[in-house]
Amino acid sequence: MKSVEGAPEIEITGVTKKYGNAHLVLESLDLVVARQEFISIIGPSGCGKSTILKLIAGLALPTSGTIRVDGMTPQNARETISFVFQDATLLPWRTVKENVGLGLELEHRPRDRSEKEIAGLLELVGLTHVARAYPRELSGGMKMRVSIARALATNPRLMLLDEPFAALDEMSRDRLNEEILRLRAEQSWTAVFVTHSVPEAVFLSDRIVVLAPNPGRIYADFRVELPSPRTSTVRNSPEFDAVASRVAHTLRETIRL
Amino acid sequence: MKQRAITVLNALAVFAGLVLLWQVILWVFHVPPFMLASPRVVVQAIGARYPELLNSLSLTAEESAGGLAASIAVGVLVALVFAQFRWVRKMFYPYTLLLQTVPIIAIAPLIIMWVGAGTAAVMLIAFIISLAPIIANTTQGLISVDENLVHLFLMHNASRAQVLLKLRLPHAVPGLFVGIRIASGIAVIGAIIGELYAGSSRVGQGGLGYSIQYASSQLQTAYLFALVLAATVLGFSFLFLVMFLEWYFLHRWHESARAPETE
Repeated sequence: MKSVEGAPEIEITGVTKKYGNAHLVLESLDLVVARQEFISIIGPSGCGKSTILKLIAGLALPTSGTIRVDGMTPQNARETISFVFQDATLLPWRTVKENVGLGLELEHRPRDRSEKEIAGLLELVGLTHVARAYPRELSGGMKMRVSIARALATNPRLMLLDEPFAALDEMSRDRLNEEILRLRAEQSWTAVFVTHSVPEAVFLSDRIVVLAPNPGRIYADFRVELPSPRTSTVRNSPEFDAVASRVAHTLRETIRL
Repeated sequence: MKQRAITVLNALAVFAGLVLLWQVILWVFHVPPFMLASPRVVVQAIGARYPELLNSLSLTAEESAGGLAASIAVGVLVALVFAQFRWVRKMFYPYTLLLQTVPIIAIAPLIIMWVGAGTAAVMLIAFIISLAPIIANTTQGLISVDENLVHLFLMHNASRAQVLLKLRLPHAVPGLFVGIRIASGIAVIGAIIGELYAGSSRVGQGGLGYSIQYASSQLQTAYLFALVLAATVLGFSFLFLVMFLEWYFLHRWHESARAPETE
């Protein structure tokens, strides 16, 4: 299937998701994500954040409603989507290099070209020196970098990131946030980023969607107007604080609901 | 390296202590030699009859190894089928537990009746008794893959064969080794039990189990001790070999295989 010209990257229309018969996870959700937009989804636990990513990836099916990715069904669009999970989900029996090359290998890309691409990616995420190491020898932050490099290896148009830095300490998290923005500036993919952290969402996003729980639905939709390129100094600006406190305030409202 | 040397020295010291204790018991309680042979007499018996002993040992080793090899091959195949077809697993998995609980001593005579006494029957008994742990541990490894890893493979449109070969099988290797480690010990026990029933009719031509029975009927206590010692050495060698292979294949990436001597 060809991509439909001018279609938004993601179009979610009237999507409801039930698990089993009783539990309503998402109710009539509408969400449109533009090309090359960086959108964060934030909300209290149990509001269906991760479910939205799984639906976009086609790893779960909606109970009703439609989802289009680049004008196609999620399953057909999979080649253009990369998923970054909360854990690094590396294969422990493969070296860093072999882990980064996994996607290329599964998609039967020619090996000599893959080798070059992998080397370039490792350079990009600063892991060339551990290319032959096994995952258990790496720190949490390094594992996550491998996971991101693996996701980028197949040249995605759309990156889905499910709380990728939740388990990391704040310093590693901030550094990886900066790296994510740098990588996106170079490769210009669309991103849907699920997180618990307000500062992280504000720093990364063009747009922040706040979800309310029981059942999961969109409670607020913010546009983040901060200068780009965003560097670490942005975090200390009064504008950043203003946006962050607005988002945090809205988030607190959803918990009180 | 120094650490390892200390471990070996400790083990040797314990062995020397046990031999000493054995001798002391003989002195203190004046045990008659047909009930408990002294270490010296056992060593003499080994020296005098070692060709015969070696013969029995190698026969039992062969039978245990054959049974173990068969249970690894069959066990992995069964586990693969269990992992690929949920309904097959649901139907047949309980019966693998039955394999584990069946009293091998009770069915050994039946097996000999069916296939006839000899090496084949003994191998079959070693195979039956060592099969269950291989099936159980390998199946567990194949099906307990992290859901997100499966999702990752799906995102790349991986085929069923790719998921099996590049994800499930490597993930199951540590479990397979746990299974082989357990099975290696009981395969030797199975072979010896099998030989108790299906050894050979000529003296010195049977395996350890047969010779143990013969030596005990003749009250050759010293040689009986030598045979028991040989059986222990055999079981230990199997275990050691498996642990070495486990270390060799897994130490680079798997936590459990980092220090086999501490197991």
